[in-house]
Amino acid sequence: MSESFYLFSDGELKRKDNVLRMTAPDGNFKDIKVNMTRDIYLFGEVSLNTKALNYAGQLSIPIHIFNFYGFYTGSFFPKETSVSGKLLVEQVMHYSEDSKRLKIAKAFIEAASYNILRNIRYYNERNRDLENTINEIKNLRNGIESAGDIKSLMGVEGSIRKVYYECWTSIIKQEVDFEKRVKRPPDNMVNTLISFVNSLIYTSCLSEIYVTQLNPTVSYLHSPGERRFSLCLDISEIFKPLIGDRLIFSLLNRNMITEKDFEKDSNYFYLKDTGRKKILMEYDESMNRTIKHKELGRNVSYRHLIRLECYKLIKHLMGDKEYEGFKIWW
Amino acid sequence: MICLRITGTMFYYYFVCQRKLWYFVNNITLEQENENVLLGKLIDESSYGREDKQVLIDETVNVDFIKDWKVLHEVKKSKSIEEASMWQVKYYIYFLRQRGIKIEKGVLDYPKIKQRKEVLLTKQDEKEIEEILHSIEKIVIQEKSPEVIDSKICRACAYYEFCYI
Ligand code: SF4
Repeated sequence: MSESFYLFSDGELKRKDNVLRMTAPDGNFKDIKVNMTRDIYLFGEVSLNTKALNYAGQLSIPIHIFNFYGFYTGSFFPKETSVSGKLLVEQVMHYSEDSKRLKIAKAFIEAASYNILRNIRYYNERNRDLENTINEIKNLRNGIESAGDIKSLMGVEGSIRKVYYECWTSIIKQEVDFEKRVKRPPDNMVNTLISFVNSLIYTSCLSEIYVTQLNPTVSYLHSPGERRFSLCLDISEIFKPLIGDRLIFSLLNRNMITEKDFEKDSNYFYLKDTGRKKILMEYDESMNRTIKHKELGRNVSYRHLIRLECYKLIKHLMGDKEYEGFKIWW
Repeated sequence: MICLRITGTMFYYYFVCQRKLWYFVNNITLEQENENVLLGKLIDESSYGREDKQVLIDETVNVDFIKDWKVLHEVKKSKSIEEASMWQVKYYIYFLRQRGIKIEKGVLDYPKIKQRKEVLLTKQDEKEIEEILHSIEKIVIQEKSPEVIDSKICRACAYYEFCYI
């Protein structure tokens, strides 16, 4: 069905009849079949005109833009076509009433930390000796329920994340590049990977939220305004361990991404094009991977799980069914 | 009584599933991506010539086609929920007659299976329609959505994932 298009080359993006055409400086072009397009990612230096944007807008295709260094700069987010007054009112009410907001925020952390734990267990079973980390995180998770406000909940979240990241050196086994070296570059490499992959998850959440009637600027765990579309940050939390972190582990442990994919002089902050391409290919593949959904009895892709999360949130806000964040069950 | 614009779709959904009706009226629509709906659109576009198709009357009901302002046609792709389709057409006739358009009868068209079915509006039907309109209003102003109906039609419904997750 619909696809994400990742465009790396420099060039011009223009409307050409009923397609969007990306033409590289050497004259080579690629046509984007708009009726099959979910969203477009631009990594190169691309000029585009309002005609192209209007066309993308008309077809409700978001365009996500990354700068030269691979950092996410923003999205062209077509005007909302489907809005629900009742839902928006509920979304805001659930934000402004402390107890309601906290309840949703806790559900996010509850699920996110469960998924984190699931990742650590996986590697523990593969002889990484992470019992201590597991116990520590289990203990920290007990604090979620008792957190009295968003701030202390964020505190719990921060501690979990800290313990989690500390065990990454045990999870990541890339002998040559990551273990033998001094600590700083590998850390940077991993950080660079994390921020790149997380920005991809953020944009995917944005694309999925976009087709629902949820307003992406009203969030619960993060403060609205932290980023323009802060609800994407909330939902990303749940999927970062499942999609992002696993992707990073597998890229590094299979030596698909190595030191050579980073610009050394940038102190490993800069991920080369080749590296980015490899990551995107794997990212796209894992987003399309399907699992049999327990409740629905259907095969759904990882990407679609994000949409389902939006549905569950809508149901909660409409007073239909209490929200529970997605937890890895396999 | 509040004065709502009750569209043909709402009337149709009343018979199909009241939960769907409630979410639809609250603008939680999940139809865009449903392939059945896409198919429905394609049939629409290819069944009749350009003129007269999809007439929006009084900004409320959207009739597929009205021949000489006497016979109205509604195109459906399958007979699966025929009862609901029939009532939808009856409602159209009722609605148009109320606005002084002298509709004689309605026709349900199934171009895919090359069949059609005539629909008439009796005095008795008119009474029933008024009662139904009243019930629709009651559902629509409900604070909470009606329950999932757990029926076999759910599997083919655009709301399936939404309702069952
Ligand atoms: S899935 Fe079933 S309960 Fe839900 S709206 Fe459709 S018909 Fe109604």
